[in-house]
Amino acid sequence: MRYDLFISGYGGQGVLLAGNLLSYGAIHEGKNVSFFPSYGVEKRGGAAMCTIVFSDGDTGSPVVGLPSVAIILNQLSWEKYASRVKQGGICLVNSSLVNMEDLVLDERELLAIPMNQISIDLGDVRMLNMVACGAYCEATGALAPESLKEALKNALPERNHRLIPANSKAIDAGVAAVSQLRKT
Amino acid sequence: MSRYEKKFVKGNEAVAMAAIEAGVECYFGYPITPQSDIPEYLSRELPKRGGTFIQAESEIGAINMVLGASAAGMRAMTSSSGPGISLKQEGISYMSGSELPCVIVDVMRQGPGLGGIDASQADYHQATKGGGHGGYRIIVLAPNSVQEMYDLTMLAFDLSDQYRIPAMVLADSVLGQMKESIVPNQRPVAELPIKDWAVRGTGGAVQNVVKSLYLGDGEMEKFHWKMHARYQELADRDSRWEEYQTADAELIVTAFGCTSRIARTAVDMARSEGFKVGLMRPVTLFPFPKKAYRELSAKCKRWLTIELSTGQMVDDVRLSVFRDADVDFYGRPPGAGSLPTPEELFARIKNNFKDLMI
Repeated sequence: MRYDLFISGYGGQGVLLAGNLLSYGAIHEGKNVSFFPSYGVEKRGGAAMCTIVFSDGDTGSPVVGLPSVAIILNQLSWEKYASRVKQGGICLVNSSLVNMEDLVLDERELLAIPMNQISIDLGDVRMLNMVACGAYCEATGALAPESLKEALKNALPERNHRLIPANSKAIDAGVAAVSQLRKT
Repeated sequence: MSRYEKKFVKGNEAVAMAAIEAGVECYFGYPITPQSDIPEYLSRELPKRGGTFIQAESEIGAINMVLGASAAGMRAMTSSSGPGISLKQEGISYMSGSELPCVIVDVMRQGPGLGGIDASQADYHQATKGGGHGGYRIIVLAPNSVQEMYDLTMLAFDLSDQYRIPAMVLADSVLGQMKESIVPNQRPVAELPIKDWAVRGTGGAVQNVVKSLYLGDGEMEKFHWKMHARYQELADRDSRWEEYQTADAELIVTAFGCTSRIARTAVDMARSEGFKVGLMRPVTLFPFPKKAYRELSAKCKRWLTIELSTGQMVDDVRLSVFRDADVDFYGRPPGAGSLPTPEELFARIKNNFKDLMI
């Protein structure tokens, strides 16, 4: 099975860290991974985006035109990428920052998750990317949340390993948000 | 964790890891996006292994340090991107004239001039046709994955030593910046000639001279024919390529580097809709695998070349295939947002079957 996704937001939202975490999680599950980042020259505030492909076999093209899943963290990304999600695909949207009124997505599942709010409630807005990763696991079943928690060791530099418990909670919160949404 | 276990690394890091595995002794370079991870990694890891890392005052300084180290018999390398590679051309020409081995990594970005930092393949001509003066060629290897960034960097060192021709790893910013899971292979065993030409200081016993100046009657001509024969031998023995689904293909797509990865997925899309399409990917750009193209074009007459430029490799494709083969070209000149998607390439593939469709 081959999985592909976009993660898009602005610099500082942890787009690339989220991409790295999902990649390490996939490697933890024995998959081959291709992670292709694209971002502006600015450290914060510019557009940040990455494409991830993982598979038991060959990952194929690192460039994806129409992804099966998009994690959308800000308004600009919504406008640029939401409509590119394949029919039958899933759009995970950070509803804390994105106004979704202007676009109708047919035949794609739209999961609106207030990622900023959830992470603020957990104590730090910077964990919104972890909420997004947990939501991805629950929404797609492509990766186990436990693999991500294991992968935090690889994705975070050693000086930040003390933050692993808090980040693990944020991953769980993302999982819970999606399962709640699908129940209603 | 063992050195040879599966790892998740950037293409640039894979190059640096491979250089160390290949036993590089000296790295000289100057930072430029999108390849700065190479010097960053080597500045940290190479001195730990007894090697020398120097951030030179400029790209010209760096390539001439490579020349000096290579003349002394060391395994030496440099890396850069477009603007820096242009500056290095003088040194590469001198090294070619002096028959000095070395590895140069070019992680292509856009140009001309400063261009931009996104992917490009527009340095194909500069790399494969002798970018400096005087009529020489260098070995050019084109990886298309992070694994190959690793494997071909190791190969570049060995080929360069075998033929005494500088070798270039021609990558691009997609390959340099993307991360993939790789297995860092062990250095392959290669039988390499002894560097008995090196200027090492023998206490006056034998005097070796490393130079590119030939003033004697007929000396320069002889040098050129000797190198010409060596390039031929290189082409005969070490042309490399990869074929995918070509056996029954009615259209062969050809592309190198990151573009070949996108093209391969487009080929799969075409196959799943019943189009008989194959992929021919040159791994060595110099020597260009002409014979393989010619043989394939005896059976398949429809070709599609895809490049991130307005067309450079397509010249070599057209010179290699039989004259009755029809070579279409799809170019995406470099620029932010210019990378073609598999869907776009599939559309172009389908376009080539238009006359066969009802």
